[in-house]
Amino acid sequence: MKGIIQGRGLTRRHMLSGAAMGTVALAGVSVWSRTAKATRAEAMAAIKERVGGKEPQASSKIELDVPEIAENGSTVPMGVRVDSPMTDEDHVKAVHVMATKNPDPEIISFKFTPMSGRANASTRMRLAETQNVIAVAEMSDGSTVMTQKEVKVTIGGCGG
Amino acid sequence: MASNRPRVRVPRNPAKGDVMTIKTLISHEMETGQRRDDEGNVIPRNIIHSFKCVYNGTPVFEADMYPGVSANPYFEFYVKAVESGELEFIWTEDGGQTFSTKEKIEVS
Repeated sequence: MKGIIQGRGLTRRHMLSGAAMGTVALAGVSVWSRTAKATRAEAMAAIKERVGGKEPQASSKIELDVPEIAENGSTVPMGVRVDSPMTDEDHVKAVHVMATKNPDPEIISFKFTPMSGRANASTRMRLAETQNVIAVAEMSDGSTVMTQKEVKVTIGGCGG
Repeated sequence: MASNRPRVRVPRNPAKGDVMTIKTLISHEMETGQRRDDEGNVIPRNIIHSFKCVYNGTPVFEADMYPGVSANPYFEFYVKAVESGELEFIWTEDGGQTFSTKEKIEVS
């Protein structure tokens, strides 16, 4: 992946990112941790707002696939999977993923349709430090389910 | 933004009813808006905040992204193969610029 964004303008920032993207990304995370941090309450409030004011119920229907230990907080693999037939009548509409101690707790919202076939998606996320990652699924019947997992971040946080 | 080079992997010849695994990658810094340059000025936020997969004109999968998504956003997701045609992938950056790519599929 390194060098993937080479060849832009010749500002210092771009030269840096072209030369050592990984390092710059790491620096970015460490700057993060010195700035504002969301609290768990804020993250939960953001979640409730997303799902229309409802309190999501912890459930084994939703599974969060994250590493127990992430060596590099700038790219942490993350996948979510919800047990659902994904029919017109019964499907997952969205899955919201949050990190409680990131400066901005929201990471991503995946929006599914019955045409998705499976309520399953993955990406890579940034984690400022060791913290809980929360996933909340919104079902087509209006119910919400959630799960959470702690990820220990070795580099990129503040000594987490 | 000269070369964001979206790349996607889609099965060419899925059987009707198959759930296709789709992988996408696009080059982008995903600047968080939290970092500062050497003079202490905040580097403005510039991320791709939305992604959409459109199957023969119908959006089938979308993602709203925040600065917590890593640089060079990668996705793996699923789409049910129902008919031959085209899958379009659209990324939208802060400021409204879009990047897109298309893939043809032949459903048997």
